[in-house]
Amino acid sequence: MTNDTIQQKVQEKFGAAVTGFEQPYGMLTFEISADKNIALLQYLFEDTDLQFRFLTDLTVVHYPNDKGRELAIVYHMHNMVDNQRLRFKCFLDIQSPQIATATAVYEAANWQEREAYDFYGVNFLGHPNLKRIQNVDEMDYFPMRKEYPLEDQSRSDKDDEMFGRGGSYN
Amino acid sequence: MPLECYFCSSIVIIDQAHTGVLLEKEKIMARPVRFNIHPKQPDIHDNIAIAEMPDGLDGEGYFATSLEKVVALGRKNSLWPLPFATSCCGIEFMATAASTYDLARFGAERMAFTPRQCDLLMVMGTIAKKMAPIVKQVYMQMAEPRWVMAVGACASSGGIFDTYSVLQGIDQVVPVDVYVPGCPPRPEAILDGFMRIQDLAGNESLRRRNSEHYKKLMGTYGIQ
Repeated sequence: MTNDTIQQKVQEKFGAAVTGFEQPYGMLTFEISADKNIALLQYLFEDTDLQFRFLTDLTVVHYPNDKGRELAIVYHMHNMVDNQRLRFKCFLDIQSPQIATATAVYEAANWQEREAYDFYGVNFLGHPNLKRIQNVDEMDYFPMRKEYPLEDQSRSDKDDEMFGRGGSYN
Repeated sequence: MPLECYFCSSIVIIDQAHTGVLLEKEKIMARPVRFNIHPKQPDIHDNIAIAEMPDGLDGEGYFATSLEKVVALGRKNSLWPLPFATSCCGIEFMATAASTYDLARFGAERMAFTPRQCDLLMVMGTIAKKMAPIVKQVYMQMAEPRWVMAVGACASSGGIFDTYSVLQGIDQVVPVDVYVPGCPPRPEAILDGFMRIQDLAGNESLRRRNSEHYKKLMGTYGIQ
């Protein structure tokens, strides 16, 4: 099984819903429309040739300049039998960041989706326990979104001049 | 007949039958450096640290001083620390407590990991905002009198972690008595900080913890 045969099978199954195939550093990467993510996970899991049965990673990237598709949900899959990996992405509008939960297929997605919600505010529809996992519960924003500054805004005793920003550095 | 070698000051054996001639074997084996030629007898009278007597009225067979000074003497020389170690400053603290630096010399060898027995909360390391309520809870479980030492840049001010997830100094949640700077501070610095705590404990008025000023300070942290 090679990247090309995997690409062929996925294209046959999903047609125009999958786009943007590429192989950076030899890892098959493509995009699928956000409403097909569970169907694809299911297909990759159940197909007897593909057997992508391990969800290595589920994460989010924020592209603030990509209007209408700011949030990329990234799924990393691993076929443990043939040691094959692939990665696919779903793009969401930041105004309504909603996508079906992968916990329907993988229990392992539970904490990863909570983390993705915690930091990027992605609403995973049907998730059994979608609440913050790493940050304090009182936090009222999603800190990894790029419109928010990295620094703690509550600090009052730090002089920006001393940290190379603000004041005369702007 | 053992003698010292003229050249290398090692002990050599002079053959009795050929006086003045060094045995060839002993000459080769001789080592230039030797230890414990004059072993030192241990002198326990010099080596025991004894706390200074407080000021008082001294006479034959009696000594009178104020209760406050006796209590302070006891407190400052047997502070029980609670190490709240979360990162690299905690490693420095382990060195401080180990044999070379030996925190036990200050009467503080008795670490306890239950706050109810402890006098001194030593916060060493980065405190994430999510951990802030735990630091406060630990502090509130300690019995009065209690002292707090913030060891290292992170515990004192957030340090390099000027970020959304890190508490910008533990003094946002608990009152701090001594700040030890450094990233991480060396054991000497931690010991110095500890001695400052001892000074505070030794000079504290017995009524301080009941004073209006102290209650007001606690009130600013929402602690009754």
